[in-house]
Amino acid sequence: MQDDKNIYKPYLMKIAAITDEAPGVRTFRLEFADPKEGEAFTFTTGQFGLYSAFGEGESTFCIASSPTRKGYIECTFRETGRVTSSLADKDVGDVIGFRGPYGNVFPLDKWKGKSLIFVAGGIALPPLRSVIWNCLDLRDWFKDITVVYGARSVGDLVYKNELEDWGKRTDMKLVVTVDPGGERPGWTGKVGFVPHIIEQLSPPAANTVAIVCGPPIMIKLTLPVLAKLGFGKNEIYTTLENRMKCGLGKCGRCNTGKSYVCKDGPVYTLAELEQLPAEY
Amino acid sequence: MEELHNKAKELLSSGAVKVVMGYGKGTGESRRPIFVRMAERASDLVVDSGCTQNLATYLTKAEVCALGRMAIVAIPSTLRSILQLAAEKQLREENVIALAVIDGQLRELATFDAIEQAVATIPDAISEADRTMIDKLVAMSVAERRAFWAAELNRCVKCYACRSSCPMCYCERCTMDCNRPQWIPVASHAIGNIEYHMVRAMHLAGRCVECGTCGKACPIGIPVHLLTFFAEDSVRRQFGQKGGASAKLDYAMSTFKPDDKEEFIR
Amino acid sequence: MSDKYIVSETVLGALIDAAARSGRRILGPKAVAERIEITEIKTASELANSGQSTVSAKGTVFPKVERLLRYRFEGKNVALEDVEPQVQPTVLFGIRPCEARAFHALDVVFNWDYKDKFFNTRLANTTVVAMSCTQADDSCFCTSVGSRPDDTAGSDILLSTLKAGGFVAEVLTDKGKALVALAKDAFQPLTGDAGLVPPATVAPAFDAKVLQQKLAAKFDSPLWAEQSLRCLGCGACAFVCPTCVCFDIQDEADTRQGQRLRAWDSCGMRMFTLHASGHNPRDKQSQRWRQRVYHKFAYYPERFATLGCVGCGKCSRACPVDMNLKQHLVEAAE
Repeated sequence: MQDDKNIYKPYLMKIAAITDEAPGVRTFRLEFADPKEGEAFTFTTGQFGLYSAFGEGESTFCIASSPTRKGYIECTFRETGRVTSSLADKDVGDVIGFRGPYGNVFPLDKWKGKSLIFVAGGIALPPLRSVIWNCLDLRDWFKDITVVYGARSVGDLVYKNELEDWGKRTDMKLVVTVDPGGERPGWTGKVGFVPHIIEQLSPPAANTVAIVCGPPIMIKLTLPVLAKLGFGKNEIYTTLENRMKCGLGKCGRCNTGKSYVCKDGPVYTLAELEQLPAEY
Repeated sequence: MEELHNKAKELLSSGAVKVVMGYGKGTGESRRPIFVRMAERASDLVVDSGCTQNLATYLTKAEVCALGRMAIVAIPSTLRSILQLAAEKQLREENVIALAVIDGQLRELATFDAIEQAVATIPDAISEADRTMIDKLVAMSVAERRAFWAAELNRCVKCYACRSSCPMCYCERCTMDCNRPQWIPVASHAIGNIEYHMVRAMHLAGRCVECGTCGKACPIGIPVHLLTFFAEDSVRRQFGQKGGASAKLDYAMSTFKPDDKEEFIR
Repeated sequence: MSDKYIVSETVLGALIDAAARSGRRILGPKAVAERIEITEIKTASELANSGQSTVSAKGTVFPKVERLLRYRFEGKNVALEDVEPQVQPTVLFGIRPCEARAFHALDVVFNWDYKDKFFNTRLANTTVVAMSCTQADDSCFCTSVGSRPDDTAGSDILLSTLKAGGFVAEVLTDKGKALVALAKDAFQPLTGDAGLVPPATVAPAFDAKVLQQKLAAKFDSPLWAEQSLRCLGCGACAFVCPTCVCFDIQDEADTRQGQRLRAWDSCGMRMFTLHASGHNPRDKQSQRWRQRVYHKFAYYPERFATLGCVGCGKCSRACPVDMNLKQHLVEAAE
């Protein structure tokens, strides 16, 4: 790292494509405005960035695309506050900023030879989408791959195109569910809260890693189910969110216990998470 | 003081209040806010000339209110703050008892009317030093005054000690906290500081009880209380109303009366 | 190895003059009205005789507002302009050893993996001439956190007062040597015993290592709610503190152009950890107070092998409601 580099200066990114995933939720496909920067750019799955709406500020989102796909990165966000509202107003061709990649990574090396089960809820599929695609692109590293994804209603499911593709693949199992009352006529997926669906599915814990991401309530109810099925605390991974500004371990905002979510996270095992105070 | 201790003991042991807020011995010769919840600790309460901070700011602090019904050792400005908070519907009469020391006598004031009557007998007291400073500022030309405040406010670091210690700054979502739109810049550069203090003075016009606690709280020593004193004085001269005089005041800045002077409309 | 010299006040004056002529800005603690401020000084006699400044000298290396970036809007495009920190070589003259020591606590954060050029440029251009303390007050506790009234850590030159008048100047670094070289002939090397005024007595109030251990078991203690009952949640303590480094990043722009600024922030403020969703991991003041104590006395030593506090006591003096940190820590270490 050069000493005179401005660590707060973002890359300039052109919005190449916009997908409306669900009400208030969009995905941007971003290309580097400077192709040389794009060629030099690498990241590892699990990492995040700070995306700028110039004039408004920066927001933290994971990099939702896989590092195996070159030439672009993707992010998915929900319109919530000042920065995301400004981003949501942007068009294809507009320029935003991106700083990254920051944070630690999903340790795919450690998972070689194991089966994987991904559990996601609602807007929390984006952080897992990167690692799911990464694993699918390295398919023969792993045994069985299962994705369980739930949302409040059919309309709230994100990555609808992905879900179709994944559903058609024969090298993975996809289970999609909506909360009771969230189904539509013609819905062929499951109906039920994610923790119940996991219980029904009863995935074997032996030689399997679980990667879980979702709203606090989903996580709270899913973890005991996984524990009952025999998943150990070092075999359950999650990715955290916390309020951030610098992403570099300096501004202090994301500090929880002795951990900085932007440096020691955002990927944590359950064992690591239990060492931290619940201040996230 | 013994009277106060006995009264506090009585209120706590009878369960009439859950906490007596007052002043205790602080570092060195200073006084600090204390919250006595056990009758045996009533003797921690101190009342003397060092007790100058307006404790009314705690009357709207969630963690303190959660303790239960409160008694508060009240200096004159605290009494006025109670009335102003009452006028703004931030206090219920049954939730607070004022223990006022007036002319060396302890008075237990349990209703807003009682407080109002007591306040009417207490003369306004802006300190000698403040009076001198105010006269100096009034004597300045507009350009001199602007230069004075620009220099003072440039030193502000936006710590918000002033806002946090003010009993009337109880808004859970302050204008400064709003970022859609970002009314006032967050950073403590010159314009960010001036705009913050201007807005605060405007928001306190007609509500300030002139306790000076904001100015005392400022770690940088900026006399921010003079800004709110001026705003308050303006309202008094133009609308004949004084912050903290009654529990039934209308907010001067949003109330129209047919005989309001409108000299600024020409 | 340090060089020691005898210097009179006149010599210090000559040094200040020489430093100013060389284009350096000289800042020191000066009595202004009833306070002590770090401000421009021209002679050593302007320095406050005792006490310390209300606000620390950290603004020299970590200003309250710092521009990080500029940008212009050009249609759909954005043009970014990198920013170089505008720095004038500075001498901090007469600050306390505790404040000099504090720069290290800032350094470990600003250089943790990613190197902050704004901080580094400013620090590289700052020479620290500290004045050891012959007096202390009820808020000081440097000896409880591994420091002393005549601590040399963080200083380029340390001055100590002589009984007979004048000072011993201990030159500790190359930066210190470079400053002395501006008025070299006036500096008499020290030979033999100096006859120093004894340093202030600051009895240790607690053991920082014991405190760190006790904190490990006290996370859920009701102590934090009790101690923070009077805390107003302002930023006075964090902003006067020489080791507090938390900051905010804000964009300010119009339709044509804007800038990205860094500003001081405090973990004691409610909005520090507030998520856009409305969720706040530290919604109660007791959690925020606890964070302040733990960050400085438990997390910092674990992550950075240094305490996040130098015992200067500025926080206690600045606090509008007398949150005396030393007293709170003694209680926490029980």
